Amino acid sequence: MKPAPFEYHRPGTVEEALAVLARHSGDAKPLAGGQSLIPAMNFRLARPAVLVDLNRIPALAGIRGSADGLRIGAMTRQRAVERDATVARDAPLVAEALPHIAHPQIRTRGTVGGSLAHADPAAELPAVMVALDATFDLVGPRGRRSIAATEFYTGLFTTALAPDELLVEIAIPRPAPRSGSAFVEVARRHGDYALAGVAAVVALDDAGRCRAARIALLSVGDGPVLARKAAQAITGESLTAEAIKGAADAAASQDIDPPGDIHASAAYRRQLVGVLVRRALQRACERARSH
Amino acid sequence: MAPPPRLVGKRVLRNEDARLLTGRALFVDDVRLEGMLHVAFLRSEHAHARLKRIDVSAARRRPGVVAVYTAADLGDYWRPGPLLVPPPPIPGLEFHACTQVPLVKDKSRHVGEPIAMVVAESRYVAEDALADITLDVEPLAAVVDLEAALSRGAPLVHEQLKSNRAAHVIQKKGDYDAARAAAHKVITRRFLYDRGISAAIENRAVAARWDARAEELTVWDTTQAPIPIRNGLAAMLGLLESQVRVIAPFVGGGFGPKIMMFYPEEVLVPWAAMRLGRPVKWTEDRRENFTATTQERGQVHDAELAVAKDGKILGVKDVFLHDSGAYDSYGLTVPINSQCTLLGPYDVPNYYTEFTAVFTNKTLVTPVRGAGRQHGVFVMERLLDFAARALGLDRLEIRRRNYLPPGAFPFNNEIIFQDSAPLVYDSGDYAPALEDAARMIGYEKFVREEQPRLRVAGRHVGVGVVSYIEGTGIGPYEGARVTIEPSGRVRVATGVGTQGQGHFTAFAQIVADVLDVPVEGVHVVTGDTREFNWGTGTFASRGAVVAGTACHAAAVAVRDKIVAVATRVLNQPPEKLELAGGRVTVKGAKDDGISYGALATRANPLRGAVKPGTEPGLEATAYYGPDRGSTASGVHAMIVEVDPETAMVEIQRYVVVHDCGKLINPMIVEGQIQGGVAHGIGNAFYEQLVYDDTGQLQNASFMDYLLPTATDVPRVEIAHRETPSPLNPIGLKGVGEAGCIPTGAAFAQAVEDALADFGVEITEIPLSPDKLFDLLKKTRPKKRNVVVLEGSFVFAGPRAAVWDLLQDPAVLGTALPGAMRLERTGDGHYDGLMKVGIGPVTAAEFSVRITLRDREPPARYGMIVEGKGSFGFTRGTAQVALADHKSGTEMTYRAEVQVGGTIAGVGQRLLDSVARRMTKQGLEALNKALAARL
Ligand SMILES: Cc1cc2nc3c(=O)[nH]c(=O)nc-3n(C[C@H](O)[C@H](O)[C@H](O)COP(=O)(O)OP(=O)(O)OC[C@H]3O[C@@H](n4cnc5c(N)ncnc54)[C@H](O)[C@@H]3O)c2cc1C
Repeated sequence: MKPAPFEYHRPGTVEEALAVLARHSGDAKPLAGGQSLIPAMNFRLARPAVLVDLNRIPALAGIRGSADGLRIGAMTRQRAVERDATVARDAPLVAEALPHIAHPQIRTRGTVGGSLAHADPAAELPAVMVALDATFDLVGPRGRRSIAATEFYTGLFTTALAPDELLVEIAIPRPAPRSGSAFVEVARRHGDYALAGVAAVVALDDAGRCRAARIALLSVGDGPVLARKAAQAITGESLTAEAIKGAADAAASQDIDPPGDIHASAAYRRQLVGVLVRRALQRACERARSH
Repeated sequence: MAPPPRLVGKRVLRNEDARLLTGRALFVDDVRLEGMLHVAFLRSEHAHARLKRIDVSAARRRPGVVAVYTAADLGDYWRPGPLLVPPPPIPGLEFHACTQVPLVKDKSRHVGEPIAMVVAESRYVAEDALADITLDVEPLAAVVDLEAALSRGAPLVHEQLKSNRAAHVIQKKGDYDAARAAAHKVITRRFLYDRGISAAIENRAVAARWDARAEELTVWDTTQAPIPIRNGLAAMLGLLESQVRVIAPFVGGGFGPKIMMFYPEEVLVPWAAMRLGRPVKWTEDRRENFTATTQERGQVHDAELAVAKDGKILGVKDVFLHDSGAYDSYGLTVPINSQCTLLGPYDVPNYYTEFTAVFTNKTLVTPVRGAGRQHGVFVMERLLDFAARALGLDRLEIRRRNYLPPGAFPFNNEIIFQDSAPLVYDSGDYAPALEDAARMIGYEKFVREEQPRLRVAGRHVGVGVVSYIEGTGIGPYEGARVTIEPSGRVRVATGVGTQGQGHFTAFAQIVADVLDVPVEGVHVVTGDTREFNWGTGTFASRGAVVAGTACHAAAVAVRDKIVAVATRVLNQPPEKLELAGGRVTVKGAKDDGISYGALATRANPLRGAVKPGTEPGLEATAYYGPDRGSTASGVHAMIVEVDPETAMVEIQRYVVVHDCGKLINPMIVEGQIQGGVAHGIGNAFYEQLVYDDTGQLQNASFMDYLLPTATDVPRVEIAHRETPSPLNPIGLKGVGEAGCIPTGAAFAQAVEDALADFGVEITEIPLSPDKLFDLLKKTRPKKRNVVVLEGSFVFAGPRAAVWDLLQDPAVLGTALPGAMRLERTGDGHYDGLMKVGIGPVTAAEFSVRITLRDREPPARYGMIVEGKGSFGFTRGTAQVALADHKSGTEMTYRAEVQVGGTIAGVGQRLLDSVARRMTKQGLEALNKALAARL
């Protein structure tokens, strides 16, 4: 379990990093926390010829709150986000989901951008960003562009990132008034990739009906799955137990076509999605009502 | 006369912990010597394959590579390993010994079996060179399922045998058929208990140095049995035993697989060091560990229990299959233990037990903590639970009614145990342990009040209570040498190895008590053949019992020497002498005395003489070799809560009442039990090695092979009972394996109890939420180990055009992701090259071969797609049918996809998704090609 030979670069600025990536177009990989990339290299499944270490680029890390919302630098450690007071206030869904990612040691190295760029279908953060309707900023030789999280994920482990681009920043809009969110998942052991998980955001109107809902699922598709049918089922409805159950059933039966593996059959994943969407919506509604 | 115990029985902090916790302890991988070379092994990616040709020339040319060895290069050194445990003397026993080989010569028999050894300046270079080796292999059908293995026409793991039967053994006592005929009820079930790994924190490692000037070979080895390894290596290498020194320094967990396997790596590394004249080291990585280190057993039991109306056991019948893996070097220890231990603490007058051990194309099975005992316990305890339910009896009551009474000992259970003799329970007192456990877990209150109350609130809690016995502390023998040095410090050397059990403290406590010295003043040495020449090893819960008793005997002999020398030096009769605090004093004159250190100096005369018949020094060596072992016992109880919606289980409480005779150090015993329970919980709910039908291990990393972590294992509440063994002076019984033996049975009972409303019955271990979901839904469990793609696709074109399209290599090529070329090589045969990668997996070249068969144009055909590349291989078989459809042609397909190599071991979580995506993309590409044609 030793990696194949590779060349190593440690640039000090984004520009330098982009230059190295461009020079080795396709053969170079950015190295963030290394918690997914390095294991893949040790198995020799990943064999990048060149590693571009982003860990010495200070501009890429940091959390900033503003009137529009929250901006998180790609290289911000997952653990830093988990412990940040602004995040807890302005993006409680992120704070709630983070402890489910691996273990403190891994979150201390692992970065937000690394997890989002890695695009593991079972990862928590991509689903959370889809539920929050976050926007990702990418930079490359052709300049800077912003892309919605929902568009960023294009397939299994595939994203809108070009090989010579970097994910630099994530923008999370401020929570809507009278809204609440919840994150729930089922994993075999705490810190494992989930068998299924749900990130849900619900906003209420003045009558206490559901004005808008975004429900994102993890570990049941090629990437984060936006459960549109489930959201449709409750939008405009009073949030009764039946309405919530209806949304949960829609998620389980219409929004997904889950894969099976040795840990969970497709049928079991479907069952979990039904249960977890129900639980997440209940919790999100309670929180929205208490706002 | 030894004084009453002062330290034995106390929670003495461990002598070794300061070294271990501050990183000063030596482990094999810490051995770094000048000029040291590093090793990587090329291992079989196939479970069963004929090796037709191997070419290592390119690897040999790679800069930094020093040597590459194949089976052919080993010459006479290539020999199958020893049969470690000959079969026991049971009438009618059938046993076929097929032991592992150092490197595959003609055929590989399990994934991970070593084929070639690369020795290089660094492990990195050695691993790089593995990719330079080219193999020509012919994959053979693999033997995986135990029942299929025995069917007529099954492929053979060992062709020299007529079948895959490795052994067949029947043991009986009484007359089961008569008991059955007289029974009020007969409970019949099939039980499955699947494989796991031992998952020691330290993998295996071997380092070796040949000192040509001293003509000495030093081998550092993570073995549990350094002396047998020394003896075996000396014989294989043609050296005197005294020319070989095997050191098993600190070892990070043994659990059985490190006993004395003469693993290929263990015999090849010393050989290479001698041949190359440079030190050589190999450290197993976790990936290798999953397929190259021996594993726990899988068994399938068909069992019956004949009971009387009052719940008395009349008899038990058990017929089972035991998975030996590819070789059976460890003989029959594991299934024999299952047979013998099944009887447990119960009075079972009639017993029929029969097993067939089966060769399969899987990693070898050898003893792992519990060593098959848990399988017997699982069967018996589950049968009792089902009987209790059938008779309307309380689960505890049926056990009470069947325990052997306190007056029954010694009790011969008449079934041969792992030491080749019938197991005789030396002592025991079972019923009080059950009452203690029931009290601690609050059994009565729980079933009468708490459980009904919570059930009304929609919560599903359950309790499990089971009991077991464990044969421990078997022979043949161990020895120890105790020396008092002139400094007054005491040195104890013994032949066993140590893997974290606290030997440096437990043995020190025993010796310190006899000599009346502080425990910190006793320095224990284990696992170095230069320090102690005779012994067997640390396994079978025998270290404390056998080596501990030898330490005791040696200490008593040294005490006698102290008295003898002091009698002479102090000129006082022995009865006037007192030994305390490392000094000998004269009774009534406390200030007149002499330290042990000074006596040690006097016992080593610089002038004068050592009289004939006496020896210099305060030193003695003693051995202890019990005729039979001592039998420990215990009761485990646990409370679980199950969420029937998610099928997740939480263990809320875990109680162990344990009886291992006299406790040397309760703290160490509790550590063993806590660790054992964690191991058992893993076996019960988390750990399972999943093999597919081709013998590929599907969860060959800790990402998918789930060890319970600290948050999954509750703090075990432990109570001790001490029924001393009459067989040794301290009264010891073993404890190393105990914690994991009844855990699966307790877990199954508790989960079943929690789900009583659902009528779920648990007969299989390990369980998982996924399996529990199937049980709850009463769905037939699916095969978890193959990816099945089923679906249909509508092509926008007529059937004949679609059919033609599907035969055209140019078009088929476009349907393969990343295809670089595809050529027709014959009718229905296509060969090509594709480059695929996905997400974290760098795109790599795969050679592909497509074979179409059973073609019935334009209606249906079968297809085999095989791919081979640097991270493994894949094979898909598909049945495809075409039918007319209102908007063109509908294709329906069913495909099974199997993979081998690295992707099989670590990529399984994504396999289904990847296969589906490739299918979808391929079909869409074909449809596009069709549109372009029409
Ligand atoms: C034992 C273990 C358990 C885990 N459990 C979980 C879990 O439960 N849930 C979960 O979500 N994750 C889990 N992870 C993964 C962990 O969260 C990783 O930290 C994360 O997936 C990747 O982040 P990283 O910073 O380590 O990225 P790296 O491993 O360094 O990189 C990952 C990939 O992203 C690319 N990349 C990184 N940064 C950028 C960037 N700024 N721009 C473009 N590309 C970039 C890299 O080139 C690479 O391909 C686990 C990891 C381990 C080791």
